[in-house]
Amino acid sequence: MAIANILLVDDEVPFVEAMTRRLTKRDVEIHAAYSGEEALEKLAHSDAIEVVILDIKMPGMDGIDTLREIKRRFPLVEVIMLTGHATVESGIEGMKLGAFDYLMKPCDITDLVEKVQAAARKKRDHEEKIIQARIKEITSRRT
Amino acid sequence: MKKQMYNSLRLKIIGLTLVVSITPLVLLGMAIYYRFARAHEARIEDQVRHLAESQSYAVDFFLRERISLLAMLADTHGFEKLSQPAALSELFETMNRRSEMLGLIDLGVIDCNGQHTAYVGPYDLKGRDYSNEPWFAEVMAKGKYISDVYMGFRRFPHFIIAVRARNGPQHWILRATTDSDVFNRLVKTAQSGRLGDAFIVNTEGIYQTAPRFQGKILGQSHIDPKNFSHGSTFVERRSKRGATDYFAGDWLNNDKWLMVIRQELRGQTDGLAKTRNTEIMIISLGILAIIMTTIFIAHSVVTHLEETAREMDKLNAQLIQSDKLAALGKMAAGIAHEINNPLAVIGEKAGWMKDLLLEEEFQNSPHLEEYATSLLKIESHVERARKITHNMLGFARRMEPHLDDVDIHQILDQTIELLDNHARINGIKIRKHYHSGVQIIASDQSQMQQVFLNLISNAIDAIESNGLIDVTTQQKNGTIVIRIQDDGPGIPKDQQHRIFDPFFSTKATGRGTGLGLSISYSIVEKLGGTITFESEPGKGTTFIVSLPAVAPEKK
Repeated sequence: MAIANILLVDDEVPFVEAMTRRLTKRDVEIHAAYSGEEALEKLAHSDAIEVVILDIKMPGMDGIDTLREIKRRFPLVEVIMLTGHATVESGIEGMKLGAFDYLMKPCDITDLVEKVQAAARKKRDHEEKIIQARIKEITSRRT
Repeated sequence: MKKQMYNSLRLKIIGLTLVVSITPLVLLGMAIYYRFARAHEARIEDQVRHLAESQSYAVDFFLRERISLLAMLADTHGFEKLSQPAALSELFETMNRRSEMLGLIDLGVIDCNGQHTAYVGPYDLKGRDYSNEPWFAEVMAKGKYISDVYMGFRRFPHFIIAVRARNGPQHWILRATTDSDVFNRLVKTAQSGRLGDAFIVNTEGIYQTAPRFQGKILGQSHIDPKNFSHGSTFVERRSKRGATDYFAGDWLNNDKWLMVIRQELRGQTDGLAKTRNTEIMIISLGILAIIMTTIFIAHSVVTHLEETAREMDKLNAQLIQSDKLAALGKMAAGIAHEINNPLAVIGEKAGWMKDLLLEEEFQNSPHLEEYATSLLKIESHVERARKITHNMLGFARRMEPHLDDVDIHQILDQTIELLDNHARINGIKIRKHYHSGVQIIASDQSQMQQVFLNLISNAIDAIESNGLIDVTTQQKNGTIVIRIQDDGPGIPKDQQHRIFDPFFSTKATGRGTGLGLSISYSIVEKLGGTITFESEPGKGTTFIVSLPAVAPEKK
């Protein structure tokens, strides 16, 4: 099993391509989307995606809007923000909206993989807990 | 250039004000003087005319009195009686005894044929025939006659008064010779003032009385009686040597004589001259006051204007600087974003190539080392470019400062501590001169630290090695002033106006972004302070940061 199943959202096609190759090489299952709308669509069609890497500055629906929408519709999916800003503020804003973490662009691939792993772990833990809770619910119902 | 403009403005204000205020004043003064002089002249004219009229009346009255007296004598005594020399002589003596004022010299009776039938007086005129004399015809026709003054046989001025009387159907004439001195004296009473004159001339302009100045009785006067119309007074003016003579004439004695009053204005103008002098003095003082006030006002207005303009210039310069910074900030942000994406791609591609190098096929390549080095270089330069874009974004960011309780001294201490090692290596000593009264203010801790870090590290870079940096704090009038003074080479004059411009740097390429001071400038500006500098090439530079001493809110 791949270390994580992620969706990379960025309008910069060559960047997405390069990342895809590099992350694939690092045993990450990767899907690509080139806009916020496409990302939401892909999420709707695939349950496997655990982590979304989301560029903040995109034409049309920007990263923050997309994040808000993702958190509304797929609350369990973890999001890592990718910011061009040197400031912490946009990252902080993203975190306030429920992002798992943020990274400054261009970023170090090792950092990214670490953060993706952590995010995936968190998501899996969450799911695990939910499953446990359900099991508990079901078992308690039986008794 | 500007100085010239202000000078010309000053001159314009002064000139215009002076012209506008002095011209009416002078015109008014002239008009008043002119009116006053006219009135003065009119008054003198009136005076002179009145004098002529009254004097003429007096003389005329005097003459008529004489005529009446003679007529009365003729009528009361009758021709028969007066033809007798004894009776005539008695009458003459009585009259002379009773009144010397009459000035009666002789008395004669002439019959209708012009024969001098009786005469009493100093000369023997008895028996003379006057029938062909023009005066005889006149007295016979008109009933009375007064001759012009003449010297006659007696060698002194006298004149004849003759009246016609009736003796039944016959006319006869009573004739008296009178000393003209009597009315000469009368006329003289009208010689007023120092320069006034009064005299009588006949129709030919011959003096009938002695004038006061120039000429004598029976001499030719320079008066032309034709200038004086009959039956009325006439004022004539003659100017000579700047003085004006007023002549008023009034006809008397059936328009045979002209009473002339002469008044030289020179003697009468004292009042006018005094008035004129007073007026000139008042106007001069007024003009002086106006000139002084105008110059003073123009000076203060222009000075005020200059000051305002200077302040405006300063303000404008500041505005331009902040505008420039804002515009450049926006541009920088745009550029940074645009460059960031390709940078990210380059970085990732390089990373991918690095990943690929780990593959077996590349491991055996003879150029593996070179590939790896090149990729490392690419990555490190991507990192360098990334730092620049991040700096640019930092410069551009427009976030509200986050207000903390800031102890300026603490920040300075931290900053100096941070840089102290670097400074010590280069032989630079950083001295602190803290003022104990500097209060804790509400400001942005990290931004302030950035500013001080920029300024102190700039100072270290400027000195390069072996030098002194003095960090001084002060608080006065609600402002905290932090001075960072180095003894480096100073900023060349031609660069001084550019040092706050973004991307302006004197450091070697790659060592400075040229953003430090612009960022510091916008930070301090946003915090409500100012940042200025004093630099003298060769002696060093002082950066002065002034911050408002805003007390933190009580929590």
